[in-house]
Amino acid sequence: MTAKQRTFPSPIVDPDTEQFWSAAKNGQLMVGNCNSCNEKHFYPRGICPHCGTQDVTLIEASGKGEIYSWSVLRRADPPFAIAYITLDEGPTMMTNIIECDLDALAIGQRVKLKFSETEEADGPPVPTFVLD
Amino acid sequence: MSINGKAYIAGVFEHPTRKATDKSLAQLHAESALGALKDAGLTKDDVDGYFCAGDAPGLGPLSLVDYMGLKLKHIDATETGGSSYVLHVGHAAEAIAMGKCSVALITLAGRPRAEGMATGTAPRNYGSSAPDVAFEFPFGPTVVNMYAMCAQRHMYEYGTTSEQLAWIKVAASHHAQYNEHAMLKNVVTVDEVVNSPMIADPLHRLDCCVISDGGGAIIVTSPEIAKTLKRPLVKVIGAGEAPKHQMGGKIDLTYSGAVWSGPMAFEEAHVKPKDIKYASIYDSFTITVLMQLEDLGFCEKGKGGAFVSDGNLIAGTGKLPFNTDGGGLCNNHPANRGGLTKVIEAVRQLRGEAHPNVQVQNCDLALAHGTGGSLGTRHGSATVIMERE
Repeated sequence: MTAKQRTFPSPIVDPDTEQFWSAAKNGQLMVGNCNSCNEKHFYPRGICPHCGTQDVTLIEASGKGEIYSWSVLRRADPPFAIAYITLDEGPTMMTNIIECDLDALAIGQRVKLKFSETEEADGPPVPTFVLD
Repeated sequence: MSINGKAYIAGVFEHPTRKATDKSLAQLHAESALGALKDAGLTKDDVDGYFCAGDAPGLGPLSLVDYMGLKLKHIDATETGGSSYVLHVGHAAEAIAMGKCSVALITLAGRPRAEGMATGTAPRNYGSSAPDVAFEFPFGPTVVNMYAMCAQRHMYEYGTTSEQLAWIKVAASHHAQYNEHAMLKNVVTVDEVVNSPMIADPLHRLDCCVISDGGGAIIVTSPEIAKTLKRPLVKVIGAGEAPKHQMGGKIDLTYSGAVWSGPMAFEEAHVKPKDIKYASIYDSFTITVLMQLEDLGFCEKGKGGAFVSDGNLIAGTGKLPFNTDGGGLCNNHPANRGGLTKVIEAVRQLRGEAHPNVQVQNCDLALAHGTGGSLGTRHGSATVIMERE
């Protein structure tokens, strides 16, 4: 375990992503879902990146997934693990693996969602993950 | 319509500085431009097309056009990070083929060292209105940890090893020892690379390129003008460009946009990867080179590790001499953008003007390839194939 955890800059919320970050404040991780082609996408946005229609909504993800790739930035203070997680729902997203042994990460490890508070008092939390 | 044979590279110049505390950014652009014009045997007043990218200060090309006093018929500030200048060669050839201009100037310059920029290890925020920033910036993506994730996945899927990646740096260092301007002239071993400090797993310090100030410029002209000049004729015969991104979350870090830009360039040039005598391959990190070599078709996907091993990229001994100036890994990575210097060394090889110890014999066909942005998120990919006439 690393004693010190990095702090997270607050994400900038815009009209396109307000719903996503509101849901995050309620502890929900949302992914984009297209009602036209039925494909999911991440990050969420106002247009389906797969078929190009605007018939997109947010649906809640289970918060479970596995490590697609990872790297520990040893030069940071404190060092931290960035990762791409493939959610069980399909899309792969960028995140940090927190509260973990930085020397024992591996592709394919199962992870689960744990939101992390961000630096600004009213900033929404960001979706980080712990080993499952 | 094709650009094959419609344009020539008539002049190149690599600024010799590697730390430019005594020069402004605009000055570096202008000195590079003058150097390339002199190399071509042309003057500023011959230039009627200008190309630059995001390293140019001011609004697109306007400030530099003003600073250098250019009178133009064609401008293009297409920005795809470090690949921009390779892409600009293709765009310049297109503009010349269409008759929009006849002498195109491409410049690049930067002073990240003088400015003390934490190039690889600090997250870069490309602007709060970029739609991806909120979903990435909080997690600390840097240049090095994003490329590291590509390397990590490549190792997982194909069994690529740190020792194999190290061979890429070893080859670059063999070449850099002959370049008086190279930042790192020491020849290194595989052991030295894999035992250098870990920066972001699995990339070590010696898997990373240098941080340098400097710049460079390229002059692309019409065939008619090129043939009036006294320099060896370097003909542009193929170009390809393609962006790659996250595909809405269907992320695949094992390949780059070179899988698209490469075949476009080869098809236009009517040549195959096995025909290429020398390759300049963008080398921000060792993994960048390995992935691009695979994606350009120099070896099968997943076999890049074996391909680069045992000195196969070293001029004189290897089958595919690469980055004979030492590349970004050892020589120079001006403005944190290595695309322009890739074209310059390819031109030196085609002219027979590379250092004698790294000059490829009968080098009549060369490729330059650039990647810009991040292989780990979204990037531009550009390939140019050139022939000595």
